[in-house]
Formats: sequence, C-alpha cells, structure tokens
Amino acid sequence: MHSVNDKTIVNLSDFNSRAEKNEYAYIDSLEAMEKTDADEFVKVGIETDASLRAGTFIQKDNAVVHCSNSSDGTDVMGIAGALEAFPWLESHVWKLLSPEKDDMTREAAQSPLQGFFIRSHKDVKIEKPLQTCLHIAQDKFSQKVHNIVIAEENSEVHIIAGCSTSPHLTTGLHIGVSEFYVKKGATLKYTMIHDWGENVFVRPRTAVHVEEGGVFISNYISLKPVGSLESNPVTYLEKNATATMNSILVAGEGAHMDVGSVVELNGEGARAEIISRAIVAGGTIISRGHLKGNVHGVKGHLECKGLILKDGLLHAIPELSGAVPGVEMSHEAAVGKIDRREIEYLMARGLTEDDAVSTIVRGFLNVDIEGLPEELAQKMDQAVKDTEQDMM
Amino acid sequence: MLLIEELKVEVGDKEILQNVNLHVPPGETHILFGPNGSGKTSLMMTIMGFSGYRITRGKITFKGEDVTHMPLHERARLGIGVLFQRPPTINGLTTRRMVELCAGDRCVDVDQLSSHLQFDNFLERDVNHNLSGGEIKRSEMLQLMAQEPDMVLLDEPESGVDLESIALLGESINTVLNRGIKRNPSCQKGIISEKPKSALVITHTGHILDYITADRGQVLYKGQLRCSRNAREILKWIHEYGYEECVGCTV
Repeated sequence: MHSVNDKTIVNLSDFNSRAEKNEYAYIDSLEAMEKTDADEFVKVGIETDASLRAGTFIQKDNAVVHCSNSSDGTDVMGIAGALEAFPWLESHVWKLLSPEKDDMTREAAQSPLQGFFIRSHKDVKIEKPLQTCLHIAQDKFSQKVHNIVIAEENSEVHIIAGCSTSPHLTTGLHIGVSEFYVKKGATLKYTMIHDWGENVFVRPRTAVHVEEGGVFISNYISLKPVGSLESNPVTYLEKNATATMNSILVAGEGAHMDVGSVVELNGEGARAEIISRAIVAGGTIISRGHLKGNVHGVKGHLECKGLILKDGLLHAIPELSGAVPGVEMSHEAAVGKIDRREIEYLMARGLTEDDAVSTIVRGFLNVDIEGLPEELAQKMDQAVKDTEQDMM
Repeated sequence: MLLIEELKVEVGDKEILQNVNLHVPPGETHILFGPNGSGKTSLMMTIMGFSGYRITRGKITFKGEDVTHMPLHERARLGIGVLFQRPPTINGLTTRRMVELCAGDRCVDVDQLSSHLQFDNFLERDVNHNLSGGEIKRSEMLQLMAQEPDMVLLDEPESGVDLESIALLGESINTVLNRGIKRNPSCQKGIISEKPKSALVITHTGHILDYITADRGQVLYKGQLRCSRNAREILKWIHEYGYEECVGCTV
C-alpha cells in the first residue's frame, strides 16, 4: 500500500492515456502561435523566432502540433513518421534500454509511438540549436514518448528540449524514453529545461551511447516545483569519448526530485564530469551520480553541491566504482547552508542581507552551461532570479 | 569621523577588547599596531558590525551618528569600507559584477578601475577564486574604489603581497584616500582639491608605511589601546624593543 503522499510510486490507473481532445490545431509557423501556448513554451526555452533555431518539434499531449526544419543535413520528425521513412531506424529502438527495465518502460513499450526523431547527418555542423517541446495540456493525462537522437559521425548538434504542463493541471504523468546515439567524433549538446506542475509525475528513462572521440554534453535545469521526478540517465562512453553532465535543481515546497547520472567509462581515454547544484527550499532532492571506470586509462570527476534554505531533504549520493587499475576518479560533495561570512562580506559592500543571500544563491546556481545561446542564458538568469524570489 | 568610547567586546565568552577609546578625525590615517591575537582584527570587525562580536559596553560614533548597533550594510552605506585580509570566495559571482554591486546606484567604469590595478585579467573570475595574496588585495582595493567609502579599515594590506605589488597597492590606497603623490602628474590637481578620507590601517610589519602617509599610530595590546603617537616612532620602538617593552611605558 502506498499513501497518496508517497511521491516515489506512480499508480498508472490514476492517469488517462486517451486524449479527450485528439486534434490540436497544427501551428504552421512559430510566430503565429497562440499567446497562451507561446507563453508556456517560452518558459522552457522555446524560441518563437524561427530564424534563431535550426528546427522545431512541439508535441501537445499526444499530438504533434508543429514540426519544422530549416537546415540542411538534419532530420526533425515525429518518431512514428521517422520509422516509416527510415526502416533502418527500427534497430535503434529499445536498443540501449530494455522495455523490461521497469513498469514505466513496459508502459511506454505498450503504447503507440509518440515523441521525436532528430538526426544530424555525417560531417554536418549545425550552428543554430534545434528545439523540442513536450507539453501536457489535458488534466490527468499520461504522456508517453520515445525519442531517438542520432548525431552521425563528425556532426555537431545542440538540442534545447523543453518540457512543461498547462497551469490548470491537477496532475499528469510523463514517461519519456530517450535513446541517444553519438557516433564517432560527433558532438551532441542536449539542454533540457523542465517546468512541470506541482503534482505531475515525471519518469524519464534515458540512455546515451557515445562512440570513439564523441562528445555528449547534457545540461538539465529544473527550477520550478515538480510533484515527483525520477531521472537517472545512463551514458556509455567508448574510447576517448567525453561526457559532461550538468544539473541545476531547485526543490520548493512539495517537490520531490530523484535525479542523477550514471556514466560508464568503457574505452581507454574516456572522460566524464558530473556536476550538480541542488537547492532545497522545502522539498526533497536526492542527488545521485555514479562513475564506473571499467577499463584502464579513464578519468572522471563528480561534483555534487547542495544548499538547504528551508527544511526539506537533500540527500547526495555520489558513487565511484573502478574495476581495473589505472582508473582516475574523484568526487566532491557538500551539503549545507550559505556561509555567514559570505553574506556579511557582501553586506560590508552595502548589500542588504536579503540581497546578499540572493546574490549568493544566484551565483551558486550559475554553473557555466556550455553553448547556451545568449538569449536563453538571459532567460535562465531571469528564471533563477524569479526562483530565488519564490524561495525567500 | 570615527569615535570609539569605552568599548568592550566579547567573542563567545571571551573578552577580546577592554575599554578601547579611539578617535580618527576626518582626513586622518591612523595605524593600528599590535601582536597577533591582540584584538586588532576584532576591533575592525566590531566597527563594521560583523556578527559574533558582542559589544558589552561603550559606543561607536561614525560621522556623528551612533552606529554601535547599526546593521552592517547600513554602516557600509554610511561610508565605512573594509579591506579584508582573507575574504571568502563567492562562487558564481564574477569580480566584475561584484565591483558593480559595490558601486550601488553609481555608474562605474570597471575596466578603467581595474586597469589601474592591473587586475583586468581577473574580472571574469569568481570573486576571490584562486587568487594569490597580492591579487586578493588588489581585488579588495578595486571593490573599495567602486564603493568610495569615507573611511576605510584596512586589515594588514601588505600581508602576502610581493615587494613589486606593494607599491601599486600603496598607490591605490592613496587614490581611495585622496592622498599621496601620484605617478601620473595629471592627477595631482584632483588629489589635492579633494578632501582626504580617513583610514584605520592594521599592520603587523609596518611595511605599508613606506607607501602611505600616516598621521598617527596606536598600539593595541591584550585588548587595550596602550599607546598613541607618531606611527613611525612607534614602529621604530617595536622594532627595537618588541611589543612588551614598547607598551611597558604606558603601564
């Protein structure tokens, strides 16, 4: 038996997989989007000026409401359409993850295929980011998606992936299965910005395979309260491949987040860095990180820092495991409060105590996110300011 | 400018300062000598209003206002500035932004200020992150230049600074205080036309006296101010006889 407050358990029967409103009007151009939609999407990094993005995919409940692609050498499609267009893609589905992994993957595997397919072609370097948005608009809806991203050999792509819900939702469920393939010498940057509702259950299941010399950079940002989030992506690194996983988490009252990254270093010369910044302001954050050094000559560092501003729970679980001699891995974890000396140092320069605390909190969350477009960096800065006002 | 009367201060349960009386008139630079643990930094922290320094008796007046129990930031806004000996690192806050914060509503040209201090290369670095002793002092001076206080409290400005940088530091202190002879002659007019500001300078070695002009020296010994006279004279006595002998004449 679980209590209604048990945020770790998802009762699938509480949610509705059928969309009551099957047909959302297709949005022909981003500029013509309804303001209510645009406002929701913008919060999670979606740019309505199409000239600033190489392509866009937006799914509302289970309907693809917009899909466009302005750059050569990329594919941006709904996954179902992509599987029809590219029969070879079938072999990439449920390859890195098993449908039998848990109840969530089983549920996703039994559902019709929704979600996106993005591919950067061989040797193509896409300058502007691509963007995706998965949005839940219907109350108690259970959105299940299966996303595939392939960065072909020596290509470069940055995807900004936003997820959000409409403000009126009492609850909802998002199961997101994602399998990413970073081929030889390719670079995939994946910046995910979440703004889920206070009673929404979110269960991403992600696996990433990075081939020789490939680079995977993941930025995960969740500043707004989320009912229950459980995300522990696994990244497999081959020879000389690199992974950088940054996460910025804020848990206000009622939020429950169990977030981490597992990186398996399977090839000589593989490098990984996991950096997380967590702020508890009344909610719960379980911040995990696990580096597995499976072969000689790999390096990894894990940094897990947390601040507790209001009673809640911050549980940092940094793990390192090495299987052979010649692995170099380290971790650094700190959980605590803002140092009084820092506050008073700023006050001695004329800042009020509240301003000093805000400045320190903003700095704490200011992880240098590589490759974030300037306009998005500014939006994030504003979001951090708003968040810190909510917390104080 | 600053008047301290019969000040008694406790840290934890320990009495750190006993009956301190001190007057720094407008425009004067006073030097505070004293051995390690004599209470010099505690006196400075108390003047600024840091937590943990409990005033059990006495009064601090700044610019005619009783600031004994005034919050820290209000004292800063009233015109007291501190150069910290070992300031904390603020992660994620660039020095450039910090300098702008110090200026409050005033507009400052951070690049210009920092080029005077040869600090240009550190502006995008987090405040005090991985800085050498000398760089920390220059960062502190940069912040004070933007803050423009009427009185500065300098806690061992020369500690950890190499000989080459100490002249630069001394010059920047003189700039903040509107004192001294500048290397750049075009600035002299500005310097003498503006009123000098006040300073209380803690020094252990006295090296900083080669670069700034002191009006008076004081010796703090075991929580009490024991001597008040010409700063260079005091320094000579301390060099010659040590602190114990030096303050012996006042017992």
